[in-house]
Amino acid sequence: MTDRSNNWRPTASIETLRKRAQLLERTRAFFVKHGVLEVETPAISHSATTELHLSSWLVRSPNDDGETCYLHTSPELAMKRLLAAGSGDIYQLCKVFREAEQGSRHNPEFTLLEWYRLGFDMDSMMQEVEAFLTELLPGRLTQSAQYISWQQAFIRYANCDPFEATTNDLQEIYNRHTGQHVDEMSTEDWYDLLMSQVIEPALPHDRLVFVTHYPASQASLARLDTSDNRLAQRFEVFAGGLELANGFHELTDAKEQRRRIQHENQQRSQAGLPGINVDEYFLAALEHGLPDCSGVAIGFDRLVMLATGENDIAKVLSFSFANA
Amino acid sequence: MASYSTNEFRSGLKIMMDGDPCSIIENEFVKPGKGQAFNRVKIRNLKTGRVLEKTFKSGESVEAADVVDTDMQYLYNDGEAWHFMHPETFEQVAADANSVGDSAQWLKENDICVVTLWNDNPIAVTPPNHVILQVVETDPGVRGDTAQGGNKPAKCETGAVVKVPLFLEEGDLIKIDTRTGEYLGRAKE
Repeated sequence: MTDRSNNWRPTASIETLRKRAQLLERTRAFFVKHGVLEVETPAISHSATTELHLSSWLVRSPNDDGETCYLHTSPELAMKRLLAAGSGDIYQLCKVFREAEQGSRHNPEFTLLEWYRLGFDMDSMMQEVEAFLTELLPGRLTQSAQYISWQQAFIRYANCDPFEATTNDLQEIYNRHTGQHVDEMSTEDWYDLLMSQVIEPALPHDRLVFVTHYPASQASLARLDTSDNRLAQRFEVFAGGLELANGFHELTDAKEQRRRIQHENQQRSQAGLPGINVDEYFLAALEHGLPDCSGVAIGFDRLVMLATGENDIAKVLSFSFANA
Repeated sequence: MASYSTNEFRSGLKIMMDGDPCSIIENEFVKPGKGQAFNRVKIRNLKTGRVLEKTFKSGESVEAADVVDTDMQYLYNDGEAWHFMHPETFEQVAADANSVGDSAQWLKENDICVVTLWNDNPIAVTPPNHVILQVVETDPGVRGDTAQGGNKPAKCETGAVVKVPLFLEEGDLIKIDTRTGEYLGRAKE
């Protein structure tokens, strides 16, 4: 109790909270200007993402029937149902929840800005993201944006072609950069560790960096590249040493989507994780027809971190989870 | 055997690493939005004092180390070991030179120290932050020099050598910060 009575104050300064409010206001103004409709979708649902590395918070059903419900990790599936129902371009600012993600750049409850644009391919989506971030972060980005493929990023910043490298090669690269060994891991795990610990810190900090064409295995809801099916039409945005956004040219093929969800549930079971009910509402919407579109999600708290120069996410939240 | 998951990692947590008890100094959670999570951890080996870094896949577990910090009274040195006593249970433990390390120079009989026990055996000794020791060897004091700067080495009763102001004499009692080895001032008993 003493600990709490000493720690009742916000983890962000009031000045930062004012800055945060301004950024929210400018975000909404951007979408009003571009004719994108603001929507809200449920935070609690009957099914959840099946992605291996996203862990949903469980909540008890209010109907006292023993059913498990989930807090959403992203509003993506519900927003795609709106798109299939004819909403047109939409955006959402909402709280999302990811279990066990806690650190200087993670809070298990955080704010996501997500939007979808009909008829946009990956390039036009990236251009809009660049325009949005440039407008919201004046002065923080002194150079124009850089575009690099995921494979080229490994070649340039880790000196290896990820599609040729063995797990031993990847281990060696990590060891060279950090002096550390890690117990045996899959190629996919190595990609994630090297991306976040070797490549991301080496990317230029003074500009937006778009890393494009992630491997198909790391893009559950994206279309594959038309010329190379090892790659997906997925991009990520980095700035100031932070992972800021993730975008897709969205997969619209319902059969392929169902296959991927089933594959993810197999991966979950191999990893000893509980299986998750397939979201039949979402798949039915895809079967009805999702219009050709691209979408992107931006970690809004990280955007505030960049705008204020804070390097701990708690400093941009009124109350971090530890104090919530 | 007790173990901790990476989700429980925080600074101060005691874990086993390569057979030695260690204390977590820093724990950084890293995770690409769509990817595998990791914990990058800085750990101090409590036996050697060495700091190492290690990356864990989040969700892994590691063996807990049974390490306890206990306030104990320093009794005496028998030439090989330093003997400490629990002030309430009167239980005694003997710490060897490896575990006492540099702390030996600050150990004065009857002072209360923190003895770090691993599986009930001492592996480290932390002296009080401030100790009062008698100067047993130093150059003669320079009279009237209380205001001016300048210092000289002085050997204390425990063997520690500290820099003291020029006016101090053999037999004086001085107060020392054991964390920095700095002279803080003259002391009365």
